[in-house]
Amino acid sequence: MIAAEPLRLLVFVAGVAAFVGLNAAYLVWVERKGAGRFQRRAGPTEVGYAGLLQPIADAGKLLSKQMIVPPGADRFLFRLAPILMMPPAIMAFAILPFSEYLVGIDLNVGLIALFAFSSFNVIAVMLAGWSSRNKYGIISAARVVSQNVAYEIPMMLVIITMIMLAGTLSLPEIVNQQAGAFWNWNVFALASNPLMPVTFVIFFVCMLSETNRAPFDMAEAESELVAGAYTEYAGMGFGVFFMAEYANIVIGCALAVVLFLGGWHSPVGVLPGVFWFLVKLYIMVFVVIWVRWTFPRTQFYGLLNLSWKILIPICIFTLMLSAVMIKLV
Amino acid sequence: MELYPVQSTGPQETFVLNLGPQHPATHGVLRVKLTMDGEFINEAVIVAGYVHREHEKMGENRPWDQFLPNTGRIDYLSAMMYTHAYVGVIERACGIEVPPRAEYIRVITSELNRISSHLVWWGAFLLDLGGMTPLLYAFDDREKILDILEALTGARLTYCYYRVGGLAEDLNEGFVEDVREFVKEFRPRLKMFRRLVSENIIFRKRVEGIGIIDAEMCRKYGATGPMIRGAGIPYDVRRAEPYSVYPELDFDVAVDPAADSMARYKVRMEEMEQSLRIIEQCLDRLPDGPVMGKVPRKLKLPEGDFCYATEAARGRFEVRVVSTGKPVAHRVRLRTPCFGNLSLFEEAARGLMLADGIAMMGSLDLVIPDIDR
Repeated sequence: MIAAEPLRLLVFVAGVAAFVGLNAAYLVWVERKGAGRFQRRAGPTEVGYAGLLQPIADAGKLLSKQMIVPPGADRFLFRLAPILMMPPAIMAFAILPFSEYLVGIDLNVGLIALFAFSSFNVIAVMLAGWSSRNKYGIISAARVVSQNVAYEIPMMLVIITMIMLAGTLSLPEIVNQQAGAFWNWNVFALASNPLMPVTFVIFFVCMLSETNRAPFDMAEAESELVAGAYTEYAGMGFGVFFMAEYANIVIGCALAVVLFLGGWHSPVGVLPGVFWFLVKLYIMVFVVIWVRWTFPRTQFYGLLNLSWKILIPICIFTLMLSAVMIKLV
Repeated sequence: MELYPVQSTGPQETFVLNLGPQHPATHGVLRVKLTMDGEFINEAVIVAGYVHREHEKMGENRPWDQFLPNTGRIDYLSAMMYTHAYVGVIERACGIEVPPRAEYIRVITSELNRISSHLVWWGAFLLDLGGMTPLLYAFDDREKILDILEALTGARLTYCYYRVGGLAEDLNEGFVEDVREFVKEFRPRLKMFRRLVSENIIFRKRVEGIGIIDAEMCRKYGATGPMIRGAGIPYDVRRAEPYSVYPELDFDVAVDPAADSMARYKVRMEEMEQSLRIIEQCLDRLPDGPVMGKVPRKLKLPEGDFCYATEAARGRFEVRVVSTGKPVAHRVRLRTPCFGNLSLFEEAARGLMLADGIAMMGSLDLVIPDIDR
């Protein structure tokens, strides 16, 4: 019985780091394979069986490349930006409950901590764009900030609605409240708020925007801004941004599963919880990929209009509606 | 202007943004110097000429028929229509009679080429708007056209199939069946394109009412083709200055008076349908006979000034040659559609946001070698 808790934490940290790394690497493969299928082509096939070693080959290529700091760039911030990108994403995983037993830390302010970590990537992208002394980068940095400010608000309003419903900030606790059959999941909690599916859709849209995914990928809109904030990054500096993007997608989808889709609870009651959690998680991830390869990019003011003129009013309305419903019921 | 909720604050704080020559949205080596005020374009200056190849000069220092392959390389996406204009001008000058079968085959291959060119534009335009999948869908269908034309001409892109007085050779076996099958398969595909893209809400928000290029601007800069038809003027060389067998064929000139990016989009989509109609009619009427008329062994143009225009995929392509009776041209002038279509970008882009400027540029359907020649 020597130091069981530190050992558990150590194992968990290693596990989370491995999970994030694997996800980041293999979601790239999934995305490329998926994009291939959507576009009637095969995707990667050459490296390994069905191209399964492609992410490793890519990582090897990126690692062997020099990270060039452009002349005139802010050398310190330029190097700091990718470093700031990844750790918050990994830390956020410590709070996510994968199953009843697979929880890193059950914080009683878990939801707030999660948002604190996952909002960090904005700063990293902004620094990257700003420090690289590239006009495309600066435009991208400005876009990222205003986009994230615009979408943090409806996201927070959704979260407040969910907190009012659950009465707790602890993620395992929120999942436990959704135990039982699938109609207990929050997305179907029509009794406490008839607009719950709408809230879920808003959450999903905000999540797409927060992770800078198409159709809201203003930060790296390749047809306008070349690669946006990442234009000047080479080698693993770029690789880290790339991986963190997928880590953030996983966090966003996991949060959607926890808040709305009953976390690890099974709709039919067989197989362990972690299996169901991952199934739901990857269905969400698949939808994110699907959306990206189907829709064109939105216009920037259209995106801000969507948030300020449509999403925020609806969110305030659903918030007040659930407040009234909770008071009445 | 009611287009944007916020407006550019004027020229106080601006920066110059170099769009190109290496930029994913310029589809080649076009450079645009943008003076930006934040996201707004205050001023756009086009710097063209990165792929200037002296095509006009080349036309002046070689025999008439040897310049023919060059014309297919000016706008590499509509080589058929370009070679048609050049053989047309020589036929007109020398009074060479082209057999009807050759004329019909010319129209079929030109219209196939027009569809394949519009498909490239369709994919690339959506790429400019950030949708990557339509490009692959478009290339899927374009591939079939390229296969058909490769079997016929031996080339996939820079065809040199027309000859002065007719065609290089008659249709290959199976050509008619292949084209008929393509037409049959392509109609439902066009419907699918419409469902996938034309009715997509994000797409429509990005193109409707944005990038207004009205008839006046088109006239000022000499824009032709889908640009001017998208501004409501039914100017189509196939109807305005009929050539080949187009007068005998029944087809509509696609027009849309809205003058925005969506109008140009709709015009091109409609043109693909009309091209299918033309191809079907030509296949039904395809006469038998030779594909090569009587042509003198050594081409010699009479003294004079001749011109011939065709409706290429991007607009009016006109070849003007001045002959002094020598075996080479005194002057070859190529009037290419993209130059006029691009020139108005400087005026039309003013006040647009960067992303809308790119979307508008995509709707111009630029081929850079066509601008620079």
